[in-house]
Amino acid sequence: MPKDHGIGASSKRREDVRFLTGKGNYTDDINIYGQAYVYFLRSDVAHAILNKVDTAAASEMPGVVQIFTGADFAVIGGLPCGWQITDRFGQVMQEPKHPVLAHGKVRHVGDPIAAVVADTYAQARDAAEAIVLDLTELPAVVNMKDAVKEGAPKVHDDLTSNLCYDWGFVEDNKAAVDAAIKSAAHVTTLELVNNRLIANPMEPRVAVGDYSAANGEHTLYTTSQNPHVIRLLMGAFVLGIPEHKLRVVAPDVGGGFGTKIFHYAEEAFCTFAAKAVGRPVKWTASRSEAFMSDAHGRDHVTKIELALDKDNNFTAVRTETYANMGAYLSTFAPSVPTWLHGTLMAGNYKTPLVYVNVKAVFTNTVPVDAYRGAGRPEATYQLERVIDMAARELGVDPIALRRQNFITEFPYATPVAVEYDTGDYVATMDKLEEIGDLAGFAARRKASEAKGLLRGLGVNCYIEACGIAPSNLVGQLGARAGLYDAATVRVNATGSISVMVGAHSHGQGHETSFPQVIASMIGIPEDQIDIVHGDSSKIPFGMGTYGSRSIAVCGSAMVRAAEKVIRKAKKIAAHLLEASDADIELKDGKFTVAGTDKSVDWAGVTLAAYVPHNYPLADMEPGLEETAFYDPANFTYPSGAYACEVEVDPDTGKVTIERFSAADDFGNIINPMIVSGQVHGGIGQGIGQALLEACVYDENGQLQSASYMDYAMPRADDVPFYTVDHSCATPCTHNPLGVKGCGEAGAIGSPPAVVNAVIDALHSGGRKIAHIDMPLSPARVWAAMNQ
Amino acid sequence: MTQVRMTVNGKAVSGTVEGRTLLAEFLRTDLHLTGTHIGCDTSQCGACVVHVDGKAVKSCSMFAAEADGAEIRTIEGMANKDGSLSVIQQAFQDHHGLQCGFCTPGMVMSAAALLKDNPKPTEHEVRTYLEGNICRCTGYHNIVKAILAASGQDLPAMAAE
Repeated sequence: MPKDHGIGASSKRREDVRFLTGKGNYTDDINIYGQAYVYFLRSDVAHAILNKVDTAAASEMPGVVQIFTGADFAVIGGLPCGWQITDRFGQVMQEPKHPVLAHGKVRHVGDPIAAVVADTYAQARDAAEAIVLDLTELPAVVNMKDAVKEGAPKVHDDLTSNLCYDWGFVEDNKAAVDAAIKSAAHVTTLELVNNRLIANPMEPRVAVGDYSAANGEHTLYTTSQNPHVIRLLMGAFVLGIPEHKLRVVAPDVGGGFGTKIFHYAEEAFCTFAAKAVGRPVKWTASRSEAFMSDAHGRDHVTKIELALDKDNNFTAVRTETYANMGAYLSTFAPSVPTWLHGTLMAGNYKTPLVYVNVKAVFTNTVPVDAYRGAGRPEATYQLERVIDMAARELGVDPIALRRQNFITEFPYATPVAVEYDTGDYVATMDKLEEIGDLAGFAARRKASEAKGLLRGLGVNCYIEACGIAPSNLVGQLGARAGLYDAATVRVNATGSISVMVGAHSHGQGHETSFPQVIASMIGIPEDQIDIVHGDSSKIPFGMGTYGSRSIAVCGSAMVRAAEKVIRKAKKIAAHLLEASDADIELKDGKFTVAGTDKSVDWAGVTLAAYVPHNYPLADMEPGLEETAFYDPANFTYPSGAYACEVEVDPDTGKVTIERFSAADDFGNIINPMIVSGQVHGGIGQGIGQALLEACVYDENGQLQSASYMDYAMPRADDVPFYTVDHSCATPCTHNPLGVKGCGEAGAIGSPPAVVNAVIDALHSGGRKIAHIDMPLSPARVWAAMNQ
Repeated sequence: MTQVRMTVNGKAVSGTVEGRTLLAEFLRTDLHLTGTHIGCDTSQCGACVVHVDGKAVKSCSMFAAEADGAEIRTIEGMANKDGSLSVIQQAFQDHHGLQCGFCTPGMVMSAAALLKDNPKPTEHEVRTYLEGNICRCTGYHNIVKAILAASGQDLPAMAAE
């Protein structure tokens, strides 16, 4: 019998009602009396010296309030980077300046050059056309391997080269890994590209800056996954505004997928300009602007080698990756190809030796940073592709090869510095075989062949590190922030509860799932509990939502705060019931003296806390509100096994996804309906990466995929119904809810399943094609079949 | 500047617009009906779908002046008279057919137009009809399910879980 409330119930989402009736409050829905609008004039060339920005004629255009250029920001801090990598040789990474508006040079198409503030958006855009630019165009670097060649044009003249860092992990293992590969019975080598993607949340970015001259307080409304992070970065490092004079609000946000984590120039500009022009200043990105200014994702070029002994046991993995940073370092960019990627290269397998080398490279392209999965999809894709290829080379079943090498005992310390607390990879693979009816594949293949189509089955596993992250550990790894989270549980006099959480919901349904936890702990209805999120003036602190961390980290903070509330409430109840607080039990919203029928209900206790007429005031403060900060002891390790079945039309190369199954282990689950929805969405994006999506630059650094006419987003008829299951649950051992996080799994686990399936289909048709790089468009598949 | 008059969600409205003002902008900025969203600038994403004289239209692909005299319906006019969710809206909530909510108004308006013309669509017909509505959150699974459920068809027989 499914649960109907509390932890484990598929409670319907309360936030849906406002979204379904047009009553959401997204940032672009916010209009402040007297607001002006800003339009950013952006570079249409990839690399140039900015000789002069002549705004004289534009300033005379109707409605123009003021025009800003890089010179106006020359004395203001640039956009900071939140993570510093130390390279193989003990040197810190090269870290270029990132001005709010370009100064001296433009470094990618979309780099903002000037900002026109006017009475209306149309006037600002019209005036921008009248700005005269004097540019000296320079050769652009786009290809990463070219960018690090001797004599390549430099993106930043004050750096020694375009190499940001050359990272090795674990450097001490390198010689042993090299030796193991040299002496292996079999080595499978694969060179592949993890295609550059654009996150494309459906709501483009928006920022509204406001300033009160009365109290010197700045307010920024912004499309962010983490308003406190923006307050910290922008206040402390860019504009020099102390926290108590800077409020950052992220209201309803229309999807994030990573690209709304980062602190962007437009946020700093609107905050700065609101004070400078004495009016609120609003910016709304067009989709075209989003393509050329939102941080992009992925973009790795990798060579991976997998060594096996004569019994097909994995003995070593060695990789060499070039990772694109773009023209500047976005907020968390350096961490993605390193600590979020290298630490996952053991995968689900007991490979004893792993060495990962990553060269991060500057190019004349939009900055690249975390996109759903962030480093972990790149790790999974390489590993699960090379294992499939090894199975084919060795003539063994790819599932059997995986099973043979599975980690089966936990906790398990990998050779890449992390310790998996729990997991059961055999169980998720068994479950996958069941829900995907893998036994029935042969018959389905026959049926496809009868229609003249090739059918393939692709299977893979994944492991990810979520619940980001233990602060002392990430501090040692170069993070310039802690990664705890915080929550305040405020119990009101009549018993209803407001929970202020540092996590931010932009599609994840926190407004529904977080109250489910409190409802279970106290035993009161979910509708007695609301969460408050997304406003730095209302919540204690918070590092926001990314890395599948919300319930594992912020949810744990909420549990700790609720535990404090319950401890105090029991003391109040003990006083009211004239008993010892050790004897008080809380169940179904009622405090009872154990073994008696003496009781007082939740609201009776909360009222006593706020109307303390009969209250132990000498021993205890009135009121019932507690805050907790929670810093995780370890990452969490969701895992799973995915299967994809495709049909390939041999005449056209067109791939159709016929079946997709996912068996995940997320530990304990708060709301199964929401968890399934997260997996569906991730799979949709993973299929997009595998078959459709590609961010393309030409050799001059022109972005050729800068609209939905050119960048192929997955549509409803590109995907099937998915079969998902998360019944294989091995609870996390180190957080109070036993939860692991589910937000990124689908996007991590699905691309290799799709590609493995297509390669399998092609082999079934007698075409011995080892690999095709994503996206597996009809043109690429057809070309591979006909080379 | 042009004077326009139209009926929006049953109410007569008027305004003064530039020739280049899009219907989507007029609805959002002049009428403060911010449920209609703008997600792209190439008429691809469908977040701005409204009904114009009973037909689904991307309101970013029509000038406000072109809608002079028209009968417009937006997401704000889709609930039942008593304020409760309509069958389609309720199906989206029941089947978790939305996450961030940004594409949702357009999805609901498109779904309503589809079911008006084709009350019992197949899964394939639903997916094909939604070609012009992009969602980045749901992988479409629960949107398609919600629309099939709203059509009153036997869902377990049609959709995997």
